[in-house]
Amino acid sequence: MSAKDEILGRIRSALADSPVTEEVPREYRTSSEMNEEQLIELLVDRLVDYKAGVDVIEAAQIPQFVADKLANASSVVYPQGLDATWLSALDQNVEQRLDAPGNRLSVAELDATSAVVTSSAVSVAESGTIILDGEPDQGRRAISLVPDHHVCIVPVSSIVQLLPEAMPRLSITRPLTWISGPSATSDIELERVEGVHGPRTLDVLMVRGL
Amino acid sequence: MTQVFLGMPAGGQGNLFEQEPFPQAAHRELGNTQMRKNLRHATHSIRDKRLKVVGELPDWEALRDAGSTIKNNSMATLEERLLEFEKNFTARGGVVHWARDADEANKIVTELVRATGSTEVVKVKSMATQEIGLNEHLESEGIDAFETDLAELIVQLGHDKPSHILVPAIHKNRTQVRDIFLKEMPGVDPNLTDDPSKLANAARAHLRKKFLAAKVAISGANFALADTGTLGVVESEGNGRMCLTLPETLITVMGIEKVLPQWEDIEVFMQLLPRSSTGERMNPYTSLWTGASADDGPQNVHIVLLDNGRTRALADRFGRTALNCIRCSACMNVCPVYERTGGHAYGSTYPGPIGAILSPLLTGIEVEENGSLPYASSLCGACYEACPVKINIPEILVHLRGEDVDAKREKHKLPTQMDLLMKGGSWALGKGKNIGLLEKALPLGRLAAGKDKKIKKLPGIAAGWTQSRDIPAPPNKSFRDWWSDTKESK
Repeated sequence: MSAKDEILGRIRSALADSPVTEEVPREYRTSSEMNEEQLIELLVDRLVDYKAGVDVIEAAQIPQFVADKLANASSVVYPQGLDATWLSALDQNVEQRLDAPGNRLSVAELDATSAVVTSSAVSVAESGTIILDGEPDQGRRAISLVPDHHVCIVPVSSIVQLLPEAMPRLSITRPLTWISGPSATSDIELERVEGVHGPRTLDVLMVRGL
Repeated sequence: MTQVFLGMPAGGQGNLFEQEPFPQAAHRELGNTQMRKNLRHATHSIRDKRLKVVGELPDWEALRDAGSTIKNNSMATLEERLLEFEKNFTARGGVVHWARDADEANKIVTELVRATGSTEVVKVKSMATQEIGLNEHLESEGIDAFETDLAELIVQLGHDKPSHILVPAIHKNRTQVRDIFLKEMPGVDPNLTDDPSKLANAARAHLRKKFLAAKVAISGANFALADTGTLGVVESEGNGRMCLTLPETLITVMGIEKVLPQWEDIEVFMQLLPRSSTGERMNPYTSLWTGASADDGPQNVHIVLLDNGRTRALADRFGRTALNCIRCSACMNVCPVYERTGGHAYGSTYPGPIGAILSPLLTGIEVEENGSLPYASSLCGACYEACPVKINIPEILVHLRGEDVDAKREKHKLPTQMDLLMKGGSWALGKGKNIGLLEKALPLGRLAAGKDKKIKKLPGIAAGWTQSRDIPAPPNKSFRDWWSDTKESK
């Protein structure tokens, strides 16, 4: 008998008393009435608490802010679908590296790249969570992981208050990364300190009108 | 009959056993004052944080109710859920393996690593692989496994054992961690201080090359979503992301109880888990993957679905809700017993209140080694209140104590001391006349107490009671006698 058949057989005999399933009580909050300003304020508060850098800006300001954030970078990687104008104000000393199908940067190349700029799919204000789903403006997971500095664009229209509100906007079978602040650990005395293996600097540009 | 036997749930193996009876281990661990100080500090600070972030959610109780029901439903339909998961994970390019027990899981993983030609693997913290002793097995097969979670790294470098399911090095303070790094970490800065952020950076530097070069990673999973075939890992440091993204081969070892029916169910658990475990509104990183994704991450993706006693626990209708555990560790952080004895006293991979029920449920309470775990509790109920999926741990502890007494009686075929005591108690408390008769013996107790009016040692199993306290000498007469005397004299 295969392991699978045996385990399934064990499950059947373990459940010989036929326990019944019950309707899941979903009395928890699934919608909010927060307006845009309240959502921005809540998300900023959460991200600052996680020690992320946060700026709330207008769409036209993106190139300047991206350039400011990358002032000290020597190179930046960006995904194929990123709006090209966002990098238009970068200092020419910052080398721009495209990561695209057929033109993949190796892990070593990513490790030698100082920063990454991506967009994001949806953000949850209540928990301060930015979700990337690998769409072309966010790219594959490795590019937002290996460089030590992540500049992440969050369109204000993509902010919701509650996690259940974010669910319908996710394509669950895509590779998803949920980011709540820069990399951190609570492993020493259960106190949170920032900066371990993921990007140690997370700069969030929250963009109105985007 | 053979057919029936093959389908019967079997007890788990591996690191699920007490190494010695809990009271004995606890007695020794209590003598480690540094550890007790460290634990007190850590558990108290996490308790306050947890309460604060839980208090922020007006619908916390509704989330617990939902979480508990989702898990119960999942267990009630486990066969269907697993088959559904297998179908979807396979359809998206993943390979599913089934393992009856620890040995089988270890063998499957070893073969999968061998097939890649690699002799090194990087690991994301995983309770399941800890439970089956995977690292030790791989080592015996000539494969080096590198733990990449900071706390696991501290434990591995310190040649120590985990003492907590979330922060396995909770028994070490920052200075002890620094000392371990200085002694064991190749190429470490000799001027390393005990500032936690400096220690975290030392770990970053130490593991960076490993991540970038790794061909094979081994992970656990916090949940599997049946209707999409998705797996999820919840973490903080980014070591998880490194392992789940950069290598070519990813092997996940997961207990069969981790499957959730619908993908939307994570909206419940991703609110319950981070707040209950690290006391954060959300953990820094969560990764979700569904089979293999073209052009993104490992292309060779496997999962080993592990029984190792889970069906044994499932067969216990009063204990099966222990399988609902999402490994948040809130129960150990609030437990007065855990806070004082630490996790090592429990012997098993799963310490604390949940471990005191889960370990014997996985192995079978009749396995003598785990007989003392259900007694490792004062039944105060703090764990039940803290549990995000409402596992009634005290009730299951009492149930297992009953099972333990029954198992011992079965083994010895003779009435135990406990049986006699209970029988005596039932006779004495059954009738007022009977207890009155017993009370006539009170002066004997005074005699036993002697000059200092204390009884210092009771005989037999009652000795446990006087181990750490004295019984004051009983009064000359019982309250009932005194009352009737007083009434008569009026």
